[in-house]
Amino acid sequence: MSTAELHTLTGAYALHALSAEERAEFERHLEDCAPCAQEVRELTATAARLGLAVNVTPSAALKEQVMRRITTERQDPPKVQQPSPASGARRRGRALPRFVLAACVAAATAFGGVAVWQQQEASDAREEARRSERQSEELASVLAAPDAKVTTGKLADGASGTVVVSRERNKAAFLASGMPEPPSGKVYQLWFDDDGTMRPAGLMDGSALTGPALAVLMEGPVDTADGMGITVEPAGGSERPTGAALALMDFPTA
Amino acid sequence: MNEVVHIGGIAPMPPDLQELLGRVARGDRDAFSHVYDAVCGPVLGLVRAVLRDPAQAEEVAQEVLIEVWRGAARFQPSRGSAMTWVLTLAHRRAVDRVRSAQASSDRERKAALLDRTPAFDEVTEEVESRLEREQVRRCLRTLTELQRQSVTLAYYRGLAYREVAELLAVPLGTVKTRLRDGLIRLRDCLGVGA
Repeated sequence: MSTAELHTLTGAYALHALSAEERAEFERHLEDCAPCAQEVRELTATAARLGLAVNVTPSAALKEQVMRRITTERQDPPKVQQPSPASGARRRGRALPRFVLAACVAAATAFGGVAVWQQQEASDAREEARRSERQSEELASVLAAPDAKVTTGKLADGASGTVVVSRERNKAAFLASGMPEPPSGKVYQLWFDDDGTMRPAGLMDGSALTGPALAVLMEGPVDTADGMGITVEPAGGSERPTGAALALMDFPTA
Repeated sequence: MNEVVHIGGIAPMPPDLQELLGRVARGDRDAFSHVYDAVCGPVLGLVRAVLRDPAQAEEVAQEVLIEVWRGAARFQPSRGSAMTWVLTLAHRRAVDRVRSAQASSDRERKAALLDRTPAFDEVTEEVESRLEREQVRRCLRTLTELQRQSVTLAYYRGLAYREVAELLAVPLGTVKTRLRDGLIRLRDCLGVGA
């Protein structure tokens, strides 16, 4: 099925009116089509309204049976909706324009006024200053590390992102320019990609995104991570990615 | 204590359903009892509309509610409201049941469907939430005839779009676009956001 044809299936999908094969094909398409995913969410919510309108009054016996059954039903553990390394994450990564591997760290330092990310809401300004100083030093040490490797990629909306990884220092930094502010009540969250499992690596909110460019020291060690991702999450961040991925970038290997 | 209250039957989405589901995910049976009270009416009504058979409908509704208990941890608020999640589960289950039963009695079923094109009123005999029903009914009237028939056949009868096309004798592509256009018009009329 062509992409244009797939776009028109949002309605049939929301109504469960596709065959199993078409459904699977459409779900693969959804991974790469943010507008389709948005439309599906809206049309699914619309379909649910059709369901609400046929509300009936259930018997008391039904509740008794259900309440009795749950005492012996085991609950599923919290499961992360995780694309397998072989499919989702990598494929989405490839769907983005090809990343250009910059020649050297000079590319990173060429970012004009690099603004160091600061947590704006912190109450203790002095502690904050010390923290950002430490971060700034650490950031500089990552950028200047002899083994630092650089990857640059395009994000959504014409913004671009650069990842600098120092395996020696076991740290990574993310530099972005032209990123729009996240929607109100949302933040950008960074993730380390441990072979398909995303590990939280700090937040960026709108206040950090003013100015020509920004550099963030990613929280936590790189360890075995082979890539990173950025998603939009509710304020405060999430334990696992819940929002749409703005970018998934592989760490440079050479 | 959060009490789920039905106000004249028009509060299909208690504001704390999402929070209750979070507690259900941690094994809170008390919270599940409240979730049950909030969702069981719509779940049973929807499943019954699709299956037409009250006994089968109770069975499937029960499966859906058990699935809510078991899978509460999988609910993702970023993808939609808790009520949408539950009703999407319910619709999927009902449709699966219809399709599996379908192979054997295909001919009979089609005859019966043609005989009784789903009038919206048919499935709303026992409606508790009058305002919700009225609003949906009003919005369904804003659809073209073909849009309305396609959407209701797919949703309330659990038909695949190929079956809808066959039944209404229109090309496949037409049904696909009518389903989408119809839902978009409903979305706008009902003021559904995501």
